[in-house]
Amino acid sequence: MADKKAPIFLARKSYQRRRLRDASRVLPIAGGIAFMIPLMWHGDDVTERGTSDAMMFVFGVWIVLVLLAALLVRPTREEDEGPTGGEKEQDVL
Amino acid sequence: MAKRVLVIEDEPNIIEAISFILSRDGWTVHTHSDGETANMRIKATPPDVIILDVMLPGKSGYDILRDLRADQDVSGIPVLMLTARGQTRDRELAEELGATKFMSKPFSNAEVLENVRGLAG
Amino acid sequence: MSFNLLIFVALLYAALLFVVAFIADQRAKLGRARWLGSPAIYTLSLSIYCTAWTFYGAVGNAARNGLEFVTIYLGPTLVMVGWWWFLRKLVWVGRAQRVTSIADLISSRFGKSTPLGVLVTVIAIIAATPYIALQLQSVVQSLAVFADSSGEAWGNSDLNRAALWVSIGLALFTILFGTRNLDANEKHHGIVTAIALEAIVKLCALVAVGVFVVWGMTGGVRDTLALIDASPISEWEQSGGRWAGLIFVSAAAFVCLPRMFQVMVVENEQESHLATASWAFPLYLLAMSLFVLPIAVVGLEVMPEGSNPDLFVLTLPLSASQEGLAVFSFLGGFSSATSMVIVATIALATMVSNHIVVPIWLSSQREGALMSGDVRSVVIGARRFSIVAVLVLGYLYFRTSGGGSALAAIGLVSFTGAIQVLPAIIGALFWRGATRVGASAGLTVGLAIWAWTLFLPSFGPNAIITESVMASGPFGIEWLRPQALFGIGGQDPLLHAVFWSMSLNALIFVIGSVFSFPTPLERLQGAQFVNVFENTGGARNWTPSAAASEDLLIMSQRLLGATEAQKVFQQAAEKQGKTGYLPDVTPEFIQQLERELAGSVGAATAHAMIGQLLPGASISVEDLMAVADEAAQIMEYSSRLEAKSREQERTARQLRQANEKLTALSVQKDAFLSQISHELRTPMTSIRAFSEILQDENADDAQRIRYAGIIHNETMRLTRLLDDLLDLSFLENGQVVLNKRRISLRKLLNQAISSAGINADGAGLKINRTPQDEDVSLTTDPDRLSQVFINLISNAAKYCGADAPELSSIVRNLGADLQIDFVDNGEGISVENQTMIFEKFSRLTDHRKAGGAGLGLAICREIMQRLDGSVSYLPGQGGAAFRVTVPLSDPE
Repeated sequence: MADKKAPIFLARKSYQRRRLRDASRVLPIAGGIAFMIPLMWHGDDVTERGTSDAMMFVFGVWIVLVLLAALLVRPTREEDEGPTGGEKEQDVL
Repeated sequence: MAKRVLVIEDEPNIIEAISFILSRDGWTVHTHSDGETANMRIKATPPDVIILDVMLPGKSGYDILRDLRADQDVSGIPVLMLTARGQTRDRELAEELGATKFMSKPFSNAEVLENVRGLAG
Repeated sequence: MSFNLLIFVALLYAALLFVVAFIADQRAKLGRARWLGSPAIYTLSLSIYCTAWTFYGAVGNAARNGLEFVTIYLGPTLVMVGWWWFLRKLVWVGRAQRVTSIADLISSRFGKSTPLGVLVTVIAIIAATPYIALQLQSVVQSLAVFADSSGEAWGNSDLNRAALWVSIGLALFTILFGTRNLDANEKHHGIVTAIALEAIVKLCALVAVGVFVVWGMTGGVRDTLALIDASPISEWEQSGGRWAGLIFVSAAAFVCLPRMFQVMVVENEQESHLATASWAFPLYLLAMSLFVLPIAVVGLEVMPEGSNPDLFVLTLPLSASQEGLAVFSFLGGFSSATSMVIVATIALATMVSNHIVVPIWLSSQREGALMSGDVRSVVIGARRFSIVAVLVLGYLYFRTSGGGSALAAIGLVSFTGAIQVLPAIIGALFWRGATRVGASAGLTVGLAIWAWTLFLPSFGPNAIITESVMASGPFGIEWLRPQALFGIGGQDPLLHAVFWSMSLNALIFVIGSVFSFPTPLERLQGAQFVNVFENTGGARNWTPSAAASEDLLIMSQRLLGATEAQKVFQQAAEKQGKTGYLPDVTPEFIQQLERELAGSVGAATAHAMIGQLLPGASISVEDLMAVADEAAQIMEYSSRLEAKSREQERTARQLRQANEKLTALSVQKDAFLSQISHELRTPMTSIRAFSEILQDENADDAQRIRYAGIIHNETMRLTRLLDDLLDLSFLENGQVVLNKRRISLRKLLNQAISSAGINADGAGLKINRTPQDEDVSLTTDPDRLSQVFINLISNAAKYCGADAPELSSIVRNLGADLQIDFVDNGEGISVENQTMIFEKFSRLTDHRKAGGAGLGLAICREIMQRLDGSVSYLPGQGGAAFRVTVPLSDPE
């Protein structure tokens, strides 16, 4: 997330932050859809894809979700304060 | 029969001093130290002269005087007013309310005697 | 391995939990445990989602249905990952409104309604009781496994006895650490820390068993996968409806379960913790479920036919003679069960006490909110009682159900019951049009459908609902068959129940809301909930009325404790630019106070209690304006203006107060001179009169001696007066040299009491002291401080006025300062006189009785200022009460 050059427009930072926030909103929806994919494996090639494949797939999606969520947490939280006032982090963008 | 004087005052030492001076001169001295019941006391046994202090617990000397003058039965009794503050404002107020004489503390014994005798006429 | 050793290990582990909880509580109290409030602890505490059902039951579920078990974790994962949508708002609202439970949230949002709180509480109890029973069952079943392996076969009575002991232990732990104090924020550091520890234990245990199974019993990952493909569950024939439906149910349950709400919202310290948990908790869930399928498959392969797959986690290591691992695994299951029961019990007990017990108790009190006695003890007592009641319910359910059916089945029934509050919660947070009528109707319908289609049938055929009703409906009405409502049959019973209960619940909720009209309070709360991110100032709930601040203080002291309540009042007064403990009763102050109280007894009760004290309070037209959309927008634009005008209002208040003080001062100056004149002339009158009498020599000897004595006394009185005046003038001009040294408070008080002429035998004024608190040393000027004490004590002796006068000294060590309250049992001092008493010559009664010139308290105040402390009048204590605050050490 680090900008190499000093940002010319300050607005760019907050603009990026907002888009990342959008991304984190999309994340659960995308995850939910991805978790439904194995349901479509019915039909012709039942023998090809068994429970072990479904397990690998589900856990794969799962770990990707965890990683993306972890990546998106920091930048989206800038400038936001918790209900108690919260602590403010240094700007890392 | 000896003339009766009522001392309304709440400082015990001052009461004692006035009582001593006046009884030596032949007066019957009664004392009362509560403001609130003072008017009732006057009405019950009206004295010939009243010595009235201003600063009293419950009801001030001024209020007692005002009520006294408003009550026809006892309005004629001469009143000698005592005050420890001694400002002209106090004297004016006392006279306005109908005090017969006014004396500020500390007073000399002779002054008390002279005033009381004068009031008793 | 002997069974007794296992019991010993289990007890040792329980003792460890007690110690950890105790230490965490102590450290939190001292405020020096930063790690207690860390995101890691928060994330781990969320793991109470993984109960014994997860620990044992997931493997059983996997052995029966294959990968389907994982849906129970996918739902919460999606909710956590999508925290920005929902959880963030929930946590904000929870903090802003000081919500204590899920019942409180719904009751508070829909007009602080008590009946609604009761309804949600009832749903929560019905849904949670089987679940608690389930945890008890899992603990005793795992114990039975060990008993069995060491050659003792357990009968029913053994199981029941074990369940009873476990329940008693849990009740003890929960009462000990869950009802320690009526903390304003409902935070339980001890319990949360113990639960975090248990979270680690259960994860490590399950992973350890998994690692053993994969690498110890099978030949590694590849072989395990091959084994899965060769097992009876290898075929991927997942029903799409169940897959999606279970993800939905678990996602909803994750936010609706009372225990999850407790750790996620109530115990939350700051938003950043939630942000961390948004990825860390899914990771935890992933780790928890990673080895479930391998364990299930290996169990099916290795264990004899007909063994209970729910207990594979224990029986697999035992069958491989890995007893150490089996014990560890037992501790993991034990942790899962106990942590769930503890938190669920706390959450339910909070609801029961705040929404059922306290309101009933309150309405039975004839005196209303101004009752005598400490309400805190009542609330804590109610909570303890509720904890025991919840556990008794769970135990009874365990006894009567006999612990038969598979673990996972009860879990899902319970989940489906708990999620009936989902439409109400979503409506509460996102829809301003949601009303109390709609929420109550939706909840009732959802509860009824759930009970009819899922809960009652779950007791088994013919237990409650007869088979004929199941087959052909009640009274032969086919449309009402429990598992085929409206004649649509042939579905999975669980999905059938979830579908009909949720959809009708939501539908009735929406219809009810659309066609009912909300009360003003509902609309205000609705605006505050839905616009929680924009709303910082808050709407007004009360119009100012004549309620005395002092009455509110008295009530608050009984709920929050004296120290806490006084702090709140003092801060509020300071914010208004006033000094002392009694702020003006502004709408802002009332709202703040109501929230403080809500943190202890819930919003509905707090509202009702304040309502009793402010009978004229109602919502004004202006307040209603604030609800309307347009007004809200305008308010947003003018918020800056408003802040400015608030500032001006404050300055004006300060100026007004300063002006009042100046006017009063100038009157006082005149009065002061006239007073001095009076105080000097009175003794002089006596002196002059008696010295003249002595000069005349008319008196006898006895009289002469007496009069000389009077003259002597009056000169002493004059001297005292002059001393006091000089003392005061020195103090006021700061010309006093203090001789500070270290001295014990007890010694100082002893000296003061004897100097004030109070007899030790208690004749006259009786003094109640607290010797254990007086055991403290301070660096100060002992003579000066003692002078203050003497003054306060002799004032009490003179003015108390009670038939049996008593003075209590209460000592509090505040760390940097020492606080000593002197409270007598007399009539106290009226509000208008409270500000006057520290002024010079301000004697309230007649001066003969006082024996002084009325300078005492003025001198006390000056002395305390010199000592860097303070003395103030403390209202609302029954009698007259003075508070002396003095620093423990010399600040220089």
